Amino acid sequence: MSRAKAIPLASLAPNEVGIVQYLAGGRGLTSRLATLGFTPGARVTMVQNFGRGPIIVMVRGTRIALGRGEAQKIIVIPITEGGE
Amino acid sequence: MAEHVITVALAGQPNVGKSTLFNLLTGLNQHVGNWPGKTIERKTGTCHFDGHTLEIVDLPGTYSLTANSLEERIARDYIIKEKPDVVVAIVNAASLERNLYLVAELLPLPVPVIVALNMVDVAESEGMKVESHVLEAALRVPVVPMVATKGQGVKLLLEKIGRLVEGEVDYLPNRPQVREDHLEVVEEIDSLVNPYVPEPYPQRWVALKLLEGDVEITEMIRERMKEDTWQKVHAILHQHEDAVVAVASGRYDWIARMIRAALIRPKVGQISLTHRLDRWATHPFWGLLILLGIVGFIFWLTYAVGAPLQEWLDTVVVGGAADLANAALSGGPDWLTGLVVDGIIGGVGTVLTFLPILIIFFASFAFVEDVGYMTRAAYVVDRFMHLMGLHGKSFLPLFLGFGCNVPSVMGARIVESPRARLLTILLAPLMPCTARMAVLVFLTPIFFGAAAPLVSWGMVGLSLVVLALSGIVFNKVLFHGERVAFIMELPLYHIPDWRTIGLLILQRSRAFLARAGTIILVVSVIIWALSALPTGDIETSFLATTGHLLEPVGRLMGQNWRMMVALLASFVAKENSIATLGVLFNAGEEETQLATILRQNLTPAAALAFLVVQMLFIPCVATVATVKQETNSWKWTGFSVAYLLIISLLGGILAYQIAGLVG
Repeated sequence: MSRAKAIPLASLAPNEVGIVQYLAGGRGLTSRLATLGFTPGARVTMVQNFGRGPIIVMVRGTRIALGRGEAQKIIVIPITEGGE
Repeated sequence: MAEHVITVALAGQPNVGKSTLFNLLTGLNQHVGNWPGKTIERKTGTCHFDGHTLEIVDLPGTYSLTANSLEERIARDYIIKEKPDVVVAIVNAASLERNLYLVAELLPLPVPVIVALNMVDVAESEGMKVESHVLEAALRVPVVPMVATKGQGVKLLLEKIGRLVEGEVDYLPNRPQVREDHLEVVEEIDSLVNPYVPEPYPQRWVALKLLEGDVEITEMIRERMKEDTWQKVHAILHQHEDAVVAVASGRYDWIARMIRAALIRPKVGQISLTHRLDRWATHPFWGLLILLGIVGFIFWLTYAVGAPLQEWLDTVVVGGAADLANAALSGGPDWLTGLVVDGIIGGVGTVLTFLPILIIFFASFAFVEDVGYMTRAAYVVDRFMHLMGLHGKSFLPLFLGFGCNVPSVMGARIVESPRARLLTILLAPLMPCTARMAVLVFLTPIFFGAAAPLVSWGMVGLSLVVLALSGIVFNKVLFHGERVAFIMELPLYHIPDWRTIGLLILQRSRAFLARAGTIILVVSVIIWALSALPTGDIETSFLATTGHLLEPVGRLMGQNWRMMVALLASFVAKENSIATLGVLFNAGEEETQLATILRQNLTPAAALAFLVVQMLFIPCVATVATVKQETNSWKWTGFSVAYLLIISLLGGILAYQIAGLVG
């Protein structure tokens, strides 16, 4: 997994899992996202992503809908299946 | 035994069943108001248990206690400044990790915490199990497993509150410690600000909040410090600007330790009910269809149940009361009969006939919200709503405006962002409500014959276009085009709690009756007085004089004074404009006669202009009163009225002039 490149959360395909690296937004957004559990090291599973419009992810046992813009600010490293 | 009152604050993130627990504890012994100076609902209630009287305060639902939102500020200020005897932190067992975040923020505050582990049934249905005694041992605060919707665990919770307050159990919580990698910074800040932290605030906590960039705390400390000392603090904070994430991470690390032994997670690959339902409900196409189906059902309910009930109230109850009053006052002066029958009973009648539709809307709304569907609806339409600077959650309240604008404005409460909420309230009156549709349906066939449906649809379309354009402009001009962040938890679907829905309907209806109701009554009496004074004849009344005064404006859009009076009268209730025209043109009760007279008096271009104005005009008094109630601001209420007045008159003039050119 260390070889994988860091990408925005919005680029994950459904059912793909990413590990949060950092948050790239402003202070307010960062604070809200971190509160909801998007902190470095957190596992995020993409639930729904149709390539445009908002997305749904699963983080820390909760389903969260995010605007594409917000999802663009969460930088993750995708992990390949089978590691689980 | 001397009774002493125990104050219990209920804290919790959204979607944890906090209102359910509150309703269960207090029943009908509750008082709904607003937090001082805020438009956020404040609910308090009392509960008696084992010789104790408990004063229960329902804090706003918040994800954390950093002052990101008004709700968070209110919850935090209450706990720190009012110091309740106990804070009950309600935690959703199905989302334990995320939910304990608030507990991690509550524990450093100097008020004892009890954790109510709610929705253990929902968690189990999702394949999760929480060992409450293990969690209790880890947190070292009382943990009570509960299913609030079924009343399970409430007695135990009350017992534990009693024991904690009586000092029968020691309260030595396992407080989250500051993470080692920023312990030094916190201590440095702490030593600098220490002498400046005012009384009820815990010192270490203030240092941590400064590090988190909390606006309110930063402001507070800055004001108390000398400029050069503040500069030192500021420099440290600036250097650790990314500490927000580190602090949040620290709390989640602590949570991970707390739940390690207590939480048994579902087996991998288990597909939950929520997941299966969401494949449809949040799909970009099927989701929209489902939403339309649900909205369609609500409207069907309105027409099938609400409208007949409204009709019955109007003819039997209001009509009956008017007949009674007529008979009772037959010997008295005419003005008295007029005041009682047209002014008072008419006004009360308007309020009363609103109720069936309002109740249906409040009920549908509460149901959709309580089962967890509301957020899905918001998700599906968010794309379209964002274009107007609105949040997906604004959709349902706005859409309900097709029925009546009042629940639209009240429904805007579900929108969390204060800006998007205000925008929703400002746009709601542009939704063509049923009363406006009634006027449309009556007038269009008179002037446009076969083209009537086309004109009607055109008018509805026009309203929606004006709404969308207003949204875009307001967003640009008033809010500088700032985007509303779309971050929303999608709760698990669950069986609704009827008690919560019932109480919500009761409270909303009561709020409408109490505040909007009185204003409607007063305005009805004033409009009646204007139409009856000084001569008792509407043709020579103050209202007619006003109509004559407005005639120059009216002429620009082809209207005579009578049409202007009809518009003014529609302020009480939109359908009044037809009745007023009937009186002004001496058409009597016969609608066909009024149709003939109107056709002689108005050109189609003028009729078109009248319809445009009618659609966009100042909303009825009930809506205006509700706008005042929900914005808690005369400024915004005035803005709303002035805006609609200008838009409608401009629209009318434009329609008349263009139609005149086209012929």
